[in-house]
Amino acid sequence: MTHAALLVLADGRFPAGGHAHSGGAEAAVKAGRITCAADLEDFCRGRLHTAGLVAGALAAAAALGLDPRELDAAADARTPSPALRLAARRLGRQLLRAARASWPCAELDELARWFPKGAHQPVVLGLTARAAGLGAPDAAYCALYESVSGPATATVRLLSLDPFDATGVLARLAPELDEVARAAVEAAGAAAGEGPQALPAASGPLLEIMAEAHAAWPARLFAS
Amino acid sequence: MTRTGVRADARIVARADGRGGTALPVLDGSGPLAPRRTRGNGVEARVVVVGAMSGPLGGDRFTLNARVEEGARLHLGSAAATLALPGQAPGEARYDVRLDVADGAELHWLPEQLISATGSDLRVTTMAELAAGARLVLREEQVLGRAGERPGLLTTRLTLRVAGRTVLDQQLSCGPGAPGGWDGPAALAGHRTVGQLLVVRPEFAEHPPAPRMLGDHAALMPLPGPAALVTALAPDALRLRRVLEEGRALLG
Amino acid sequence: MHLDHTHHGPAAVSADAHRPDGTRRALRVGLGGPVGSGKTATVAALCRELRDELSLAVVTNDIYTREDAEFLLRQAVLPPERITAVETGACPHTAIRDDISANLEAVEDLEDAVGPLDLILVESGGDNLTATFSRGLVDAQIFVIDVAGGDDIPRKGGPGVTTADLLIVNKTDLAPHVGSDLARMAADAKAQRAELPVVLQSLRGESGVAEVAAWVRARLAAWTA
Repeated sequence: MTHAALLVLADGRFPAGGHAHSGGAEAAVKAGRITCAADLEDFCRGRLHTAGLVAGALAAAAALGLDPRELDAAADARTPSPALRLAARRLGRQLLRAARASWPCAELDELARWFPKGAHQPVVLGLTARAAGLGAPDAAYCALYESVSGPATATVRLLSLDPFDATGVLARLAPELDEVARAAVEAAGAAAGEGPQALPAASGPLLEIMAEAHAAWPARLFAS
Repeated sequence: MTRTGVRADARIVARADGRGGTALPVLDGSGPLAPRRTRGNGVEARVVVVGAMSGPLGGDRFTLNARVEEGARLHLGSAAATLALPGQAPGEARYDVRLDVADGAELHWLPEQLISATGSDLRVTTMAELAAGARLVLREEQVLGRAGERPGLLTTRLTLRVAGRTVLDQQLSCGPGAPGGWDGPAALAGHRTVGQLLVVRPEFAEHPPAPRMLGDHAALMPLPGPAALVTALAPDALRLRRVLEEGRALLG
Repeated sequence: MHLDHTHHGPAAVSADAHRPDGTRRALRVGLGGPVGSGKTATVAALCRELRDELSLAVVTNDIYTREDAEFLLRQAVLPPERITAVETGACPHTAIRDDISANLEAVEDLEDAVGPLDLILVESGGDNLTATFSRGLVDAQIFVIDVAGGDDIPRKGGPGVTTADLLIVNKTDLAPHVGSDLARMAADAKAQRAELPVVLQSLRGESGVAEVAAWVRARLAAWTA
């Protein structure tokens, strides 16, 4: 058990497929809704409090040992967009591959058997954190940071945004990320007692709608 | 002097009358939530909820329970838009809708818009609990502020369970005081109306409708269960209604 | 190599040369190289040449998703279910080298869907001279450059030119028109690559892709031996 495992898991170079996903930023850039660092910050803040919170709570709940099948069903119900469900499962499958190579254990093998086409990524992330000896807050932090770092990196590539500006956005969001992480862990604790209905279900309408538009594009750089 | 919030409960039970029609053995409620039977088409019963007062105001607590029993068909609407206003009583207003639909039964819950006025604070929950063979058409429309007005704080949570399994669980918070980014490019991006149309049909389990865009800011999405959802944003209530109705026509 | 047989269920990583049922999986050959050097045309020609004797499939990694896949579909070199496109998030080299997970999913899904397969060609998105495939993704890699890109490319070297299992110098028919010195390119390539093979190819010429196809057949024979 080592807390440094958190650095391995949260590293943007951890080979789990995230680099090909923009978290909705590609669609928002094309629609003209992200044109500068301020827009990116607003986008990331919205994501943090909606999809991010949900992912953080799911990851924390999985790290606590809640049944991943129930959590996966809860993630499905919180993801009306079929394009986003597909993306979440693909990313989950890719993460599981990296996780099983990094922290091999029976629990991850079992997850691979239950979900040959992939479970929702935050659920896999939580179980990975668990396999790495990390706790629920670590899992929540990883999920939340990914929910904003993905769009930030993608926007640097899509808009040729100054990478220092994009990193500044992430730094400014850090205190809010702390707050959301606390809420996510608290909700996961509640779900341990009351079941998955205690998990947050916050949504950003444009994230869902634009994910469907994006999935229908004939040419795109990012998978979601 | 602090005012105590108003409590209003409406209860409706629809039951097959054995002659191919639908009876309403329970039709309770008064004041802000008064259900009235209107002329049906013979097979389905039609009920309109009439609000005799404005509201909900801060501190108010409204509940609406509709149960549609096996083989019955109920069409439930509202006579006018619901206007959330700030109140003198402390705390937020709550409006909880609970819908139960049995096998072979069908419910249409098509209320008029919910308008979130400046300074209001309303939490709405809608919980639809369906049997495996139940059918539902549900529409929710939120209007953020009256014409030219800043919205209040509005939080809605829509949950659908079919045969005990949660198929949809979605919460939306918007207005001043909502978590950050609610009006940004991930959420509303300046749109002042947001709506959802939820259609549940047992046949969707085998033949789900294909996902598709309805214009630039609305999508029809098959859910992980026998249901489909249209989520739409629009600049105004008229255009929102138009796109949701387009979705309803597509989903049959 | 058997990398993960201590746990149950599907293997965790896919450098594993065996399918879950223990049979040897398809040979995976990567094709990389700069934009416009003729990677997709070479893949199409290989498919036409080999499709009657081998069960094969293609994964494309175009910077603009589906472009190359659609080119292959239009050319009808393979049925559509044997062609998959992977998005690379504007970083084609990342998808074939640093984070190969999406490509691994794609090759495994192809084997599941239309397998068993003998050969899977993984075509990289057009990139620069430093792009190479991870050994975790492919068993052999081909680097494709062309005479029009400048006859100094072999001399410049770079990991693709230097280390690829096969170097193709493509579009030799254009050499007189663009003023490229084929003999010099061949000599420089030889100097950079020692014993590693180089093929000078024109897909418009009489022999077309035959020499590269023969190399692929030899790799496959070694793989299944």
